[in-house]
Amino acid sequence: MHRFANPNRFLRLARAVFPWAVGATVALLGTGLYYALFASPPDYQQGETVRIMYVHVPSAWMAMFVYAAIAVASASALIWKHPLADIFARAASPIGAAFTLLALVTGSLWGKPMWGAWWVWDARLTSVLILFFLYLGHMALLNAFDDPARGQRAAAILALVGVVNLPVIKFSVDWWNTLHQPASVVRMGGPSIHPDMLTPLLLMAAGFTAYFVVTVIVRIEAEILARRVRAHRLMQGG
Amino acid sequence: MSAFAALLRRDLRLTLRNGGDALMVVAFFIVAGALFPFGVGAEPAVLARIAPGLVWVMALLSVLLSLDRLFQSDYEDGSLDQILLSPQPLTLAVAAKIAAHWLVTAVPLMIAAPVLALLLSLDPALLPPLLLGMLLGTPTLAILGAIGAALSLGARRGGVLLSLLVLPLYIPVLVFGAGAVAAAAAGEPFQAPLMALGAFLLAALALGPWAAAASLRQAAQ
Amino acid sequence: MFRALEFALRPGGALVLAGRNGAGKTSLLRLMAGLLPPADGTLEWNAAPLDPDAHRARLRYVGHADALKAALTVRENLSFWSAFDGGGDVDAALAGFGLSAQAEAPARFLSAGQRRRTALARLLLAPRALWLLDEPGASLDAAGTETLSRAIEAHRAKGGMVVLSAHGTPPLAGYDTLDIDALSMSTS
Repeated sequence: MHRFANPNRFLRLARAVFPWAVGATVALLGTGLYYALFASPPDYQQGETVRIMYVHVPSAWMAMFVYAAIAVASASALIWKHPLADIFARAASPIGAAFTLLALVTGSLWGKPMWGAWWVWDARLTSVLILFFLYLGHMALLNAFDDPARGQRAAAILALVGVVNLPVIKFSVDWWNTLHQPASVVRMGGPSIHPDMLTPLLLMAAGFTAYFVVTVIVRIEAEILARRVRAHRLMQGG
Repeated sequence: MSAFAALLRRDLRLTLRNGGDALMVVAFFIVAGALFPFGVGAEPAVLARIAPGLVWVMALLSVLLSLDRLFQSDYEDGSLDQILLSPQPLTLAVAAKIAAHWLVTAVPLMIAAPVLALLLSLDPALLPPLLLGMLLGTPTLAILGAIGAALSLGARRGGVLLSLLVLPLYIPVLVFGAGAVAAAAAGEPFQAPLMALGAFLLAALALGPWAAAASLRQAAQ
Repeated sequence: MFRALEFALRPGGALVLAGRNGAGKTSLLRLMAGLLPPADGTLEWNAAPLDPDAHRARLRYVGHADALKAALTVRENLSFWSAFDGGGDVDAALAGFGLSAQAEAPARFLSAGQRRRTALARLLLAPRALWLLDEPGASLDAAGTETLSRAIEAHRAKGGMVVLSAHGTPPLAGYDTLDIDALSMSTS
């Protein structure tokens, strides 16, 4: 039964943390949105459109943070065979993909008034798009096998390969962008961040992180319980 | 080293005996590349403008298409188990399989590339940066593809999955490979992108066989 | 898959794995080969934990699949494995399993029994201390079974060990049986 020892401890811890994480999410996103929508000035160049940044930038941060977290979990799953690390990677991947998609959609919404097009091959947006592709591959590989354990091992290796490749991809996209595009007048994220913008940005980022903790706990719990149901059914089946 | 040579020789011999397989990839490269004039119009200036990128995308897809069989037949007929159980280091065996694959697909593609370039009205003066880039870039494609092929071994719909896993990782090679030709076309020096391709190759050589070996081991479990 | 399974094998010993289909005979053999990691528990060699690299150098595994390339001849198939594994006597292996006449035939023209014999001929390429055989007698005729049991006898006489799974009567004499269904050991 040692396989369940760790998940049990995790479940106890998760149930203790969960209410606090929910509270933090509501409080941080509430104040963050207030600052983002009302208490911060419009940008002198971008006008009210700049407020999209307060969702876009934290989403892009979360997209990278979650991928890094999956890579760390994958490494520990491969090295120490920690059962929770695999469950975390499986639980976090769709959430990370959702943040990446949110970053892409908000980037596109921001791009329409600023660039006059729904999509421009801006270096940062392009990198986020490729990160989204990496998430798609990770999720597809997780579910591509009849034996879920096989998918987890393969996806763990893929996550590590991906994380090694990310700097290379970033580097080549930046090089490609300077080669093929005239420097854009308004860059995504602005030339520099005004202090007035920093408060809502950090509040929103903290809120997104708390939200991630909430959803990942829910998904891990669901996965652990689903595994127990499966194991139980197999035992009863003889 | 004799294990490396033995596996390389076996894979080359198998390809030669099953003759048509390698040529089919080259045929795909030319036929698929020749579709573009029908899509974008046959105006030479337009074609010449997009030719470097097209040749590179076609080369990348051709390598990818042939890769899903890289470990598949060994996996199905039990040879993979024997390779895994050999006292030889698995990275060496993986390197031999990648080298064999590169010799029978990428080398013919490089020979065929001038033909496709001609069909797409590419300035012949740009062939050196194109071919040098392919020489440095296609081994990286084969190594990255081998990791993907090992990871997707035994999956439902392995071929499509392999493309989904590997194509995003191919972007840097595409960027610098086509970039070298674009730089040459603009009259600029193209050594820098070629050196980037060389650096990718060194990194892939150092890490790739190891990652593919780890993927193969878990695939056999 | 298995619980509370414990057994040991001595030089010259033979262990036959018995059990219904799906009981885990193949998994146990793959586990002993080192292809599968044990979920729990240990494998030991001379009362010391098993070193995977040293283990691979002293075992020979013949699984369900024959690991033959249809486009290569019998001799080429065996030559490849002997070169890949670091040397071996291909002619002796061919002769040992009565394949000398078929040596130059491409594997695609072999019968199922001949394919099986080619796979088993790998055992004779070079001496290995431990043979792990997954239903080695499958698709062999009477003469083939006889050849196999003589090979196993010679192997054991030199102190070699063999673990095999069998459906009916195993092709050897004097062995321990491990019944995976009942989790019981018996000697016959």
